[in-house]
Amino acid sequence: MSDTKKLSLIAFSGDFDKLTAVFTLATGAAAVGYEVNIFFTFWGLDAIKKKQGRAFLGANWLTKIFGFMMGGLKSTPTSRFNFCGAGPKIFRYLMRKNNVATLEELVEAAKVLGVNLYACEMAMHVLGLKKEDFIPEVKDVLGVATFLQLSEGGRTMFI
Amino acid sequence: MTFVKTKIELAKLQAGDILEVLLSEGEPLDNVPRNAVDQGYEVLSVEHVEGTTHKVIIKK
Repeated sequence: MSDTKKLSLIAFSGDFDKLTAVFTLATGAAAVGYEVNIFFTFWGLDAIKKKQGRAFLGANWLTKIFGFMMGGLKSTPTSRFNFCGAGPKIFRYLMRKNNVATLEELVEAAKVLGVNLYACEMAMHVLGLKKEDFIPEVKDVLGVATFLQLSEGGRTMFI
Repeated sequence: MTFVKTKIELAKLQAGDILEVLLSEGEPLDNVPRNAVDQGYEVLSVEHVEGTTHKVIIKK
């Protein structure tokens, strides 16, 4: 049973709705004194890219195509009902109308509250991304072993 | 989320400063005062403003 107030989240998904869940959990926990770590891997790397919007980031032509298709926070699709991009727009509207924080606000809050952001080394390698491609708040690039060490004693969730 | 924003605003203040938080009843009203006290802040008052809006005054 974990006793320390520590929460580690593995952000695997790059979907708008799932990333919103990641950052809601992260900021909520951080606000009540938890130490929070988020390990961005695979599709999740899209959320921490510095270049907003689509860009041909990547080491070779294949990864550049992925870099282009994964255009950062503004263009993340919903995991269902995406309707070619209408889904996130509808949800953002509903969230704003109900005074619920948007994904961008949650990411900013996470940075302010000192949530530790980490990028997965393996996924970065495959997608041809470098540390400079990410926002400066990303604390470090790690692999599974280090992540397991730093999540020790707390709870870990996979989203 | 209300407490997240409250916490961020409180972090910007100096010791002894006062923060007024307008929030909705239900979960925010239950959570904000309790979490503020847990985190070591002082809740000076909780008042009903109108409709579902309440005001919580917190001292750092």
